[in-house]
Amino acid sequence: MYKRILLATDGSEHSKRAAENALTIGKCNSDSKMEIVYVIDHDKVKSDVLSNWNTAEIGDKHKSRLKGIEQMAIDSEVNYETKILHGEPGPAIVEYANKNHFDVVVIGSRGLNGLQEFVLGSVSHKVAKRANCPVLIVK
Amino acid sequence: MEGFSYKNEWFGNIKGDILSGIVVALALIPEAIAFSIIAGVDPMVGLYASFTIAVTIAFVGGRPGMISAATGAMALLFIDLVADHGLEYLLAATIVTGVIQILFGVFKLARYMKFIPRSVMIGFVNALAIMIFTSQLPHFEGEGCIVYALVGLTLAIIYLFPYLTKAVPSTLVAIVLVTALSIFMNYGIRTVGDMGAISQTLPVFLLPQIPLSFETLAIIFPYSIALAIVGLLESLLTASIVDDMTDSDSNKNVESRGQGIANIITGFFGGMAGCAMIGQSVINVKSGGRGRLSALVAGVFLMFLIVVLGNIVIQIPMAALAGVMIMVSISTFDWNSIRTLHLIPRTDALVMVVTVLTVVFTHNLAIGVFTGILLSAVFFVSKISNIKVDSKLEGSHRTYFVKGELFFASVTDLLAKFDFKEKVKSVDIELSRTHIWDDSAVAAVDKIVSKFEENNIIVTVKGLNEDSTELVNKLANKLGSH
Repeated sequence: MYKRILLATDGSEHSKRAAENALTIGKCNSDSKMEIVYVIDHDKVKSDVLSNWNTAEIGDKHKSRLKGIEQMAIDSEVNYETKILHGEPGPAIVEYANKNHFDVVVIGSRGLNGLQEFVLGSVSHKVAKRANCPVLIVK
Repeated sequence: MEGFSYKNEWFGNIKGDILSGIVVALALIPEAIAFSIIAGVDPMVGLYASFTIAVTIAFVGGRPGMISAATGAMALLFIDLVADHGLEYLLAATIVTGVIQILFGVFKLARYMKFIPRSVMIGFVNALAIMIFTSQLPHFEGEGCIVYALVGLTLAIIYLFPYLTKAVPSTLVAIVLVTALSIFMNYGIRTVGDMGAISQTLPVFLLPQIPLSFETLAIIFPYSIALAIVGLLESLLTASIVDDMTDSDSNKNVESRGQGIANIITGFFGGMAGCAMIGQSVINVKSGGRGRLSALVAGVFLMFLIVVLGNIVIQIPMAALAGVMIMVSISTFDWNSIRTLHLIPRTDALVMVVTVLTVVFTHNLAIGVFTGILLSAVFFVSKISNIKVDSKLEGSHRTYFVKGELFFASVTDLLAKFDFKEKVKSVDIELSRTHIWDDSAVAAVDKIVSKFEENNIIVTVKGLNEDSTELVNKLANKLGSH
């Protein structure tokens, strides 16, 4: 029944587990399609770049952070597309999900940085509250 | 291919670039004026600089979508130069800064910026934020409640207006409303006009009026070096931020060269040295700007507004500008670094704090960065110079296991860990988990060997890795076992 699946990810371990679940749903239907979205938060880019200044990730394309999840989709033979969104993660995911009439949104329960989330509030919570379709939050 | 992509960088996003360029131009005006006032020059010096730098960078920059203009980081560096020697020396220093930055680009030194430790970078932006904030305090001295109230009003509009609409930059709305209010109520408070003249003319090419002598160079060169380094630091940081926001790459060496060309041209057209601006570049990308066209539009539209609206600009109260600058300092500060201060290694936190304090006391970002790098290097050396020696006794034979990096800073510790007087017949020194880096280390191993031999103990050195063996062979031939 879930043909259009939206997987929201930030490349973290939690979102990999979310990907596994999204793919399980995707495999139920041969004509299902999964969209992997990644949100670039413009207000956090400065502190992101600063806090990753000397680490290996600096200069990495955001898209390359999706490589692992893309590979998982290829291995499970689920049709997928990747999409980079810009803006504040919660609202950006909600807007994209509602505008494109997805059947289900799959999202990890927490992101890369537990501390930031504690301060700024949870993205998955916002999505669950405001999306017009079922939302699967993966722990 | 190259030609196609350059054309695409110009015309790939015409509508978005024009709109975002206009937004940036509006946001640039108050900052360009305020930074001129910080530096102690006429507002026109910063406005001309913002025009020429933005326009030049549009053509020769390495990061499309990034906005460069007169900046606070640079203005803070040449306050003394202007105060002691005047504007003409600043223009000359700006040109020399450009030359240094071009050399930086030509010799591809941009990648070494990545060697600047993270905590120094964070200290840099935090110090910059604090300096911009403190530079505004003189505007409050001896002023009445009206000024405080207007600064508060400016900040309130800046932070609350976005809840109404995000189509117009809230700083502009704040400036317009507060200026209108102060003209209407006739408060008689200080305005931009009191700080210097605004001429409604385009900049013209002029040679700085300075004696071309060695003494002149001796005066301006230290400033130029500091300006070149700080300018590139902020530009390359901004370029990385724009890379991240747009998920695309940029050429940092082209950008270094571009910053240099822009500063040379700016110096000849009566503008002060500048660099890329984090805040404005973020505004540009958020407003839809991606290409070179956005920087060109920002520069040209800014000049157009000054030529047309110069009379109104001089009536902007200083209180409104101070409000904008306080906002700039708040958004420049990396608040995340405070939230995570207790999580990062203590030495990193200390480097960050020392960088900030050095800048606050010396009023010089370049000295702060240099101190931070030096301190990080000292911490790094002391961290990796921790050497561990375990040993094992079997009958009258003892084996020493050395673990860690062997170099000038760790050899003193190393010597103390051997017992040369012990009653044993033979000793093995196992070096497979260590690395010999320099001649101090070779000499130390030599000394250990000879000290054991003095006590008639047979020494065997074992397990040197390949690099270390090569160095040892080059420097000495006393290590018997190899």
